[in-house]
Amino acid sequence: MRFALDALTIFAVAAGAFFFLAGTVGLLRFPDALSRVHALTKADNLGLGLIVVGLLFQTEGLLAGLKLVAVWLLALLAGAAVTQLIARIAQAGGPRV
Amino acid sequence: MAFDAVLVVSVLGVAAWTVAARDTFAAVVGFIAFGLLLALVWVRLAAPDVALTEAALGSGLTGGLLLAASTRLGRAGMTAASETPGSILRLAAVVVCAFVAAGLVALLLLLPEPAPTLATQAAANIAATGLLNPVTAVLMAFRAIDTLLEVVVLLVALLGMWSLAPDRLWGGLPRGSGLSDPDGLLTFVAQLLVPVGILVGIHIFWIGSVAPGGEFQGATILAAMWILTAVAGLVDAPATSRPWLRLLLVAGPAVFFAIGLAGFAIAGSFLAYPPSYAKLLILTIEIPVTLSIAAMLALLVAGPPEREPQR
Amino acid sequence: MADFLLGAAGFVLAMVALGLVRTLHGPSTVDRIMAAQLLGTGGTAGLLLLAQEMNLPAAVDVALILALLAAFVSIALFTDAAQSDANRG
Repeated sequence: MRFALDALTIFAVAAGAFFFLAGTVGLLRFPDALSRVHALTKADNLGLGLIVVGLLFQTEGLLAGLKLVAVWLLALLAGAAVTQLIARIAQAGGPRV
Repeated sequence: MAFDAVLVVSVLGVAAWTVAARDTFAAVVGFIAFGLLLALVWVRLAAPDVALTEAALGSGLTGGLLLAASTRLGRAGMTAASETPGSILRLAAVVVCAFVAAGLVALLLLLPEPAPTLATQAAANIAATGLLNPVTAVLMAFRAIDTLLEVVVLLVALLGMWSLAPDRLWGGLPRGSGLSDPDGLLTFVAQLLVPVGILVGIHIFWIGSVAPGGEFQGATILAAMWILTAVAGLVDAPATSRPWLRLLLVAGPAVFFAIGLAGFAIAGSFLAYPPSYAKLLILTIEIPVTLSIAAMLALLVAGPPEREPQR
Repeated sequence: MADFLLGAAGFVLAMVALGLVRTLHGPSTVDRIMAAQLLGTGGTAGLLLLAQEMNLPAAVDVALILALLAAFVSIALFTDAAQSDANRG
């Protein structure tokens, strides 16, 4: 049982780390700000979610697990909302030097 | 080891970048990133209390304060890039910084082994406070006078900032964000985030007696949420002459001071608590202090009065 | 297990650091605001991994604050940028 849970954790956390890699590659390689916002927020929030899922297999007690999920939901909510604002400047303004 | 190496390189890199940045906006972003990374460092050092303070106060709220200052400088037509210090000034800055750095290094190297500490005495007497979090016990009981003075200093800083306003604006309103939000996105974000944020702020304040957290961290989050509603135009910043606002500002320090004075009668010295109801007294102090600090921090970010008071 | 979690935290942090190099470099305001977002998600992930690895439940609270304050800071940066745009005319 312990082994199976550990394996699940390793799988999910590794997958999460992969999405952080993808987000950063997108951030470094995409040509314009709107694409970079897109790469960063989608990939990173998924990466965070997968890491939370991975850690859920290690937590003891329901409350600790719920708290982890709450952290992810908060990051997701804040990230989605703030990204809209960022994208709005990208669309309207152009670079401020 | 690899984690620590990456962390140290990132913190130093961001710090150097922030100092070198020519644009004030860029420098503020660098400072905020530096603070958030520093929170990770404190967690790595197993000091979550400091990490909470750093993330909330050091990075978040100070970032907001710096940003307000940078906006103000921009309006006044002053930018960092337009000021070039002379070579003598630069040399003097280098020498002073080198001395400070050398002093810090010397202090670290000269520390006796083991370092002097009162931790054992504090830990031995913690039961008398009724608190389980040693950091809160130190801040609210063993060194309560420091905390009282910190709150008073914050209040004095706010008064000092208010006094920058011209006489006719005294008691007026701070500058509003002036953002009209046609499609309501900012309003939506604020409505979504603020209730959650207030809940998190109360949570951080409340667990302070048993786990890392406490009134300064909780108050910072509450202040940030207040600022958010003001920025989104949901509420206007209050006129600084409002009696309820001034009452809110002095309530914390006043209750703290009153209970401190009562300590002479009930426990024999200033800011002493009788062990049987120490925790109750600490909580009685903490609630108004948290609200006062939140109001002080939010008003500090809002800036001095810039609009005439409505009479 | 602890070694793996610490390694994963190090990897995520390295990704955040690389991303910071790009976002801080700018030169657009949008890229710089992204730095706060990047730390909001990456820093939170790192803290959650550390919380488990170091057996330090309080670090989850730090992660909570980090996620919240990163959003607050992003909004503050956004307002500042929007205000300077308005000031320029």
